[in-house]
Amino acid sequence: MTISTTSSTGTTGSTSGSTRPAGADSLRSSRRSRVVWLLVVVGVLACVAVSSLVLGSRQVGWGDIVAGVTGHDTTIAEAAVAKRVPRTVLAMVVGAALGLAGAAMQGVTRNPLADPGILGVNMGASLAVVTGIAWFGLSGAQSFTWVAITGAAVTAVFVYAVASMGRGGPTPLKLALAGTATTAAFSSFITAVVLPRGDIADSVRSWQIGGVGGATFDRILPVVPFLVVGLLVSVVSARGLNSLALGDDVAAGLGERVAIARGSAALGAVVLCGAATALAGPIGFVGLVLPHVCRLLVGIDHRWLLPFSALTGACLLTVADVVGRVVARPGELDVGIITAIIGAPFFIYIVRRQKVRAL
Amino acid sequence: MTTTLELVVAGRRRRARRRASIVGVLLVLAAALFAASLVYGRTVYPIGDVWAVIRGEEVPGATFTVGRLRLPRAVLAVIAGFAFGLGGVTFQTMLRNPLASPDIIGITGGASAAATIGIVFFSLEGAQISVLAIVAGLMVAMVIYALSFKDGVAGIRLILIGIGIAAMLESVTTYVLSKAGQWDLQEALRWLTGSLNGSSWSDVVPLLVASLVLVPLLLSRTGALGTLPLGDDTAAALGTRVEATRLVVVLAAVGLIAFATAATGPIAFVAFLAGPIAARLVGPGASLLVPAALVGAVLVLLADLVGQYALDTRYPVGVVTGVLGAPYLVYLIVRTNRAGGNL
Amino acid sequence: MTTDHRLVAQQLTLGYRERTVIEGLDLEVPPGQITAIVGANACGKSTLLRSLSRLLAPTHGQVLLDGKQVHRLPAKELARTLGLLPQSPIAPEGIAVSDLVGRGRTPHQGMFSRWSSDDDVAVAAALDATQTAELADRPVDELSGGQRQRVWIAMALAQQTDLLLLDEPTTFLDVSHQVEVLDLLTDLNRSRGTTIVMVLHDLNLAARYADRLIAIAGGTVHSSGEPRDVLTEDMVRAVFGLDSQIITDPTSERPLMLPLGRHGVVGSTADGRRSQ
Repeated sequence: MTISTTSSTGTTGSTSGSTRPAGADSLRSSRRSRVVWLLVVVGVLACVAVSSLVLGSRQVGWGDIVAGVTGHDTTIAEAAVAKRVPRTVLAMVVGAALGLAGAAMQGVTRNPLADPGILGVNMGASLAVVTGIAWFGLSGAQSFTWVAITGAAVTAVFVYAVASMGRGGPTPLKLALAGTATTAAFSSFITAVVLPRGDIADSVRSWQIGGVGGATFDRILPVVPFLVVGLLVSVVSARGLNSLALGDDVAAGLGERVAIARGSAALGAVVLCGAATALAGPIGFVGLVLPHVCRLLVGIDHRWLLPFSALTGACLLTVADVVGRVVARPGELDVGIITAIIGAPFFIYIVRRQKVRAL
Repeated sequence: MTTTLELVVAGRRRRARRRASIVGVLLVLAAALFAASLVYGRTVYPIGDVWAVIRGEEVPGATFTVGRLRLPRAVLAVIAGFAFGLGGVTFQTMLRNPLASPDIIGITGGASAAATIGIVFFSLEGAQISVLAIVAGLMVAMVIYALSFKDGVAGIRLILIGIGIAAMLESVTTYVLSKAGQWDLQEALRWLTGSLNGSSWSDVVPLLVASLVLVPLLLSRTGALGTLPLGDDTAAALGTRVEATRLVVVLAAVGLIAFATAATGPIAFVAFLAGPIAARLVGPGASLLVPAALVGAVLVLLADLVGQYALDTRYPVGVVTGVLGAPYLVYLIVRTNRAGGNL
Repeated sequence: MTTDHRLVAQQLTLGYRERTVIEGLDLEVPPGQITAIVGANACGKSTLLRSLSRLLAPTHGQVLLDGKQVHRLPAKELARTLGLLPQSPIAPEGIAVSDLVGRGRTPHQGMFSRWSSDDDVAVAAALDATQTAELADRPVDELSGGQRQRVWIAMALAQQTDLLLLDEPTTFLDVSHQVEVLDLLTDLNRSRGTTIVMVLHDLNLAARYADRLIAIAGGTVHSSGEPRDVLTEDMVRAVFGLDSQIITDPTSERPLMLPLGRHGVVGSTADGRRSQ
């Protein structure tokens, strides 16, 4: 039965009585394997971060790296490394935010296909920012962030509300369709807003394509508070997501306040992907892929799943950035296209694995 | 007292009459808009002159403006609209979902990505881009179809896989645009918006030939398409060969969409909206193929007139359909889901 | 008017991908009778029905209609002889009852769907037979569950087939509507001689209405024959893993199965153990 795997995530302390449940040993071993995986993922992340500093269109030596990281940029090589530092940080931060947001959204919607890109949340943030640039003279990371988060939140609520209407609640099909149709409608609006304004077309386009290339700490810092808030809210709502996984009625029966649990998890996710979009433009598929991989590694307990999705998200986006720098030398391939090329086949794999009735 | 038979006959006649009158109204509307787009413009020619040009007589000024510029443009608008509408409604009927139109499930996206790559990276032009777009549209459709095959093709799986492919192609297009030089960018954006500017007979001919083959093919499957909305099992029980029908219909509809896209670029939402609008007009149950195709033609003609003359800047037709269509689309999603997901 | 179409399954093996559901099953549908297929959840009842109506191709063996393989017959020709009502058919939004019933005429129409007066007559007869004539112009989505099921049966009737297969025609219906649907099917069988094969969940209703029961277990036929021969305590134990007592239903003189659970039976103790 599925119940046994679900409840294996609960606390075991209270059950240690005279009759010890048979599952206790397997619980201990699964916790051990999670700790091992945690160490592995942290190790991989460290390697990835180092390689992000080392690899790039310009070859550098170890001396340059030490110098670059510690703030010297007297030689060209040192300057190149110094520029890669904020870029690496940005890729890790944005990747973590997107991975975490994806895991939280999949939990909130109980839907394996939930992803900020597929659900149209990224495009909502884009439309808000583009409108802001075109009509309200918006500029600068701080103001982008607020506008992007608002746009993301409004879109998320809209798409979810629309998909929940009618028979069967928000099924994967209805969510994906509502999200895609909303994306189509929004991108039409964006075209209409931008087309007559040649002067802003370039700044909109460079933001829309996004990526982590031109990162500086000045751009990252203002967004950090949002990311921290989003992170805290999401992590706090992890337990609530575990209850929600059993269905609203069962969760309510377990004493969970369903609306609050869902609302807070969704809020965390929206703040995170709004902030990530404000920083790096719309990047799809990170939030879709990683939660599925992490479920295989650490099971379905959101208290483990959310941090793991964040860590692996940081890995994936940094790797995507490094790969983009290496394969297209001397040019660069945008991270968004790399995540899409990795992510779309994965999306298709998930769809094919599902039973038709579950869609 | 009326017998059941009289009741049945009366009900059927009533529905048939409604459908016939709607088709009639749409035909008149399309003809009127067609005439208007020949007559109206910077210079307004009397209808007599226009008619003379169509019959092949030489009229100073009008022969060039109407015969070379406006006539191919209007003809292209009609055929492309017809093709978009018919292709779109075919997908929606077959997949039992009004949101499952070719622009959502990646087919238009395939043509767009290929055309963008052709323009930006290989500096292709005109006919080469058209061929590329057609081939890419068909290939993407086949890939989606093949990937959704698992004990038969389930409509739902096809839609979702199409959405995944569409998202990937979208980011490819965005990326390619980011690498484009200024001139190529203009060219690519113009193509991506969907436009009738600069239409010539050489754009019309391939689409016309394709339509003459594919439209009768699709219309011959009206009966089978009528059973698919009842579910695959029921359709099969009614003697429809579900997989075979779906394959033929997919290929024909994709062909229409791809040829139309190659001629005009992806005119936003025409394929998407023609079916649902037609469904609201003719009422539930009737076959939507012909009404939706006519709605498509009317939409494109109307949007082109609006884009050229109604506003202070000239907009390509795709921007007009996009902006007018988007709110209706949002309304449609809301309504569809509330009603449970049928066309 | 009776029909003598013979529907036979020989050494039938069915499955989805590597999972085999039915293995080496032999079956003969008695013409002109009502047959009910019973069995536990997920025993392959519906799979069997789908294969009998060529929705699912067998991995081994064959289904023969009058000696011809159903999977080789032209789809429309088969659909004029054999009808199927799936478990949860989909009604397009807003479609009127008579329009939906008219879809049952599809196998009788040509490429460009010409509607003939025969079609009108068939639809009217189907509406009359299912007592849905007064609903003819109503949208299907506004009907109650029982009415809707009658409309779907009407659609299958308009198809005018001599064989009709139904997959759990009584699911989601309350007991009075279940009886109503089964009475309607019995009328059909008696008046037109339509051969009916249906999957049913309720053993007692199956025994009451069917001329023959087929019990499926372990991917093959456990037993088949008249209800009194098939519905036995041994069969219920073997097929459903349930202890039961079979009595004769005083209203129909058919067998009636009374389940013996651990509780609620005279003589059961507090912890649910039955005194022997």
